[in-house]
Amino acid sequence: MSGGKHLRPIDASTVVLAIETSCDETAASLVMGGVDVLSSVVSSQIDLHAQYGGVVPEIAGRAHLDLLNPVVARAIVESGVHETRIDAVAATHGPGLIGALLVGVSAAKSWALTWDVPYIGVNHLEAHLYAGLLEKPELELPLVVLLVSGGHTMLIEMRDHGQYRLLGRTIDDAAGEAFDKVARFLGLGYPGGPAVEAIAREGDANAVDFPRAMRNDGLDFSFSGLKTSVINFVRKNPSVRNADVAASFQIAVVDVLVHKARVAAEQVGAKGVVLGGGVAANSLLRQRFAAMCAEDGRDCLVPSPAMCTDNAAMIGAAAWHRLRSDGPTTLDTGAFPNLRLPLMEGSW
Amino acid sequence: MLILGIETATERVSVAIGGHEGVLGMFEVTRGRRHAETLTPAIDFVCRQSDVTLDEISVVAVDIGPGLFTGMRVGLASAKAIAQALRVPMIAISSLDLLAYPLRRTDKVIAAVIDARKGEIFYALYRQVPGGIQRVSEPTTGRVDDLVADLLARGQEAVCVGDGAMRYHEEIATLHRVEIAEQYFAYPSSAQLVLLAHAKALREEWVNPWAIEALYLRKPDAEINWPTRTDGTRS
Ligand SMILES: [Zn+2]
Repeated sequence: MSGGKHLRPIDASTVVLAIETSCDETAASLVMGGVDVLSSVVSSQIDLHAQYGGVVPEIAGRAHLDLLNPVVARAIVESGVHETRIDAVAATHGPGLIGALLVGVSAAKSWALTWDVPYIGVNHLEAHLYAGLLEKPELELPLVVLLVSGGHTMLIEMRDHGQYRLLGRTIDDAAGEAFDKVARFLGLGYPGGPAVEAIAREGDANAVDFPRAMRNDGLDFSFSGLKTSVINFVRKNPSVRNADVAASFQIAVVDVLVHKARVAAEQVGAKGVVLGGGVAANSLLRQRFAAMCAEDGRDCLVPSPAMCTDNAAMIGAAAWHRLRSDGPTTLDTGAFPNLRLPLMEGSW
Repeated sequence: MLILGIETATERVSVAIGGHEGVLGMFEVTRGRRHAETLTPAIDFVCRQSDVTLDEISVVAVDIGPGLFTGMRVGLASAKAIAQALRVPMIAISSLDLLAYPLRRTDKVIAAVIDARKGEIFYALYRQVPGGIQRVSEPTTGRVDDLVADLLARGQEAVCVGDGAMRYHEEIATLHRVEIAEQYFAYPSSAQLVLLAHAKALREEWVNPWAIEALYLRKPDAEINWPTRTDGTRS
């Protein structure tokens, strides 16, 4: 059933069609050998959700269903390879919004069945770890990856392919969630990250000394208190400019993120440090992160913004490694909205 | 002409292959709500047991709803992907049409009623015409009281069919001359889908996979799902 008669050896010429529909991006990509991105098409639904100030699950599900077929068709055309060259079809099967995930999973399994090639269900978080390696495959392991997005804030040690250890994570809000909530409170619009970043350029980052929660307290993060501090401060000081508040909030987040990534890298003796996830598109975070690596003499990878935000190329890269290590995913596998990273023993 | 029929709009997952000779093979399960897990293996199973390979399929027929949104989309996503991969046209049929069609021999008014949850139903009315049935009211969302009032106003003999009719059988039973179809007909079936699609295929009522539109009959809840969001935030 899965892994049909056309299962060829998995090597540098293996072409994976990858699909990503876990949140509000409908994406498809063709990736060869786990590193060579032949095409990567991303159709964002951002305009559909903006008026609600966040992702509306049912709207996302409907949009994925309408957008997926043309997005896949475009990815195949732009790759320059004929669809008969596709050796496997992959899709994000978790974590994410269940109604959104199921569109990509159902379609990917059906393409795999029709073409008689293997299907691979991919962990979206693992794929984010591979996004960096796609742009710099020569990076030496072990690596420390700082994964920051609207749903996650994690420090992960990548010892080898498929071997991850969780070093730290947020105990409440994700960093991206804090950006969205602060932006909403300040009336800056959605999504919060770019909105805060844009107005912060006009502001003074030293205007308000917001708390750096748990800065010197292990490798876990907390952003809920910071969001509350911003709200309380603005209520008490309505005359302070939004730009100054945004800039001061942004530096508080970035400072904690970069500091903990540095401590994590020291602790595990990482050769390199990688940034990933949607919040990694933030320019201040990118600058500070790169500067920290330079000071410490570590290999540094700050992927292009397109590779930080959700895309299907990273799904294709992770799928190639998973296909090689674990083989195909059976076609009776569904989606897993709360899927976690597969962690090694000894994680905490 | 071989038609692959995919039906996932209600609790049921149903897959059939058929054509001029009627239904050649079918798989059906109406319990478990495991649409995404069941559907693709079911398609594979029906193909193998009917001795058909997918590339022999020349039309993909699909139920476009109304029904359970997530379940509907599993079938629609799958059907569209197969049609696109095979480069064959699709035929789109409403779940309400599929419920009414097996009762086409009755001269009563047929009310196809699907449980829409949240105290509501999706329904439409049909009547017999030479060679089949005809819809006499547009598919709509309402409460069972709306349906009861509608049938009362018509004053005709009627038969209600579907999981919505089963759920609200007590309210419907208050009406004289209105009966509820037996349980066997309560869910749309891919067998009916293939048969109806065959008739439409002969009339060349094709749809391009990209142009298929789901029939939701209800606006999405604009509820923001903060805790279960993954990480689509571009910041
Ligand atoms: Zn992501």
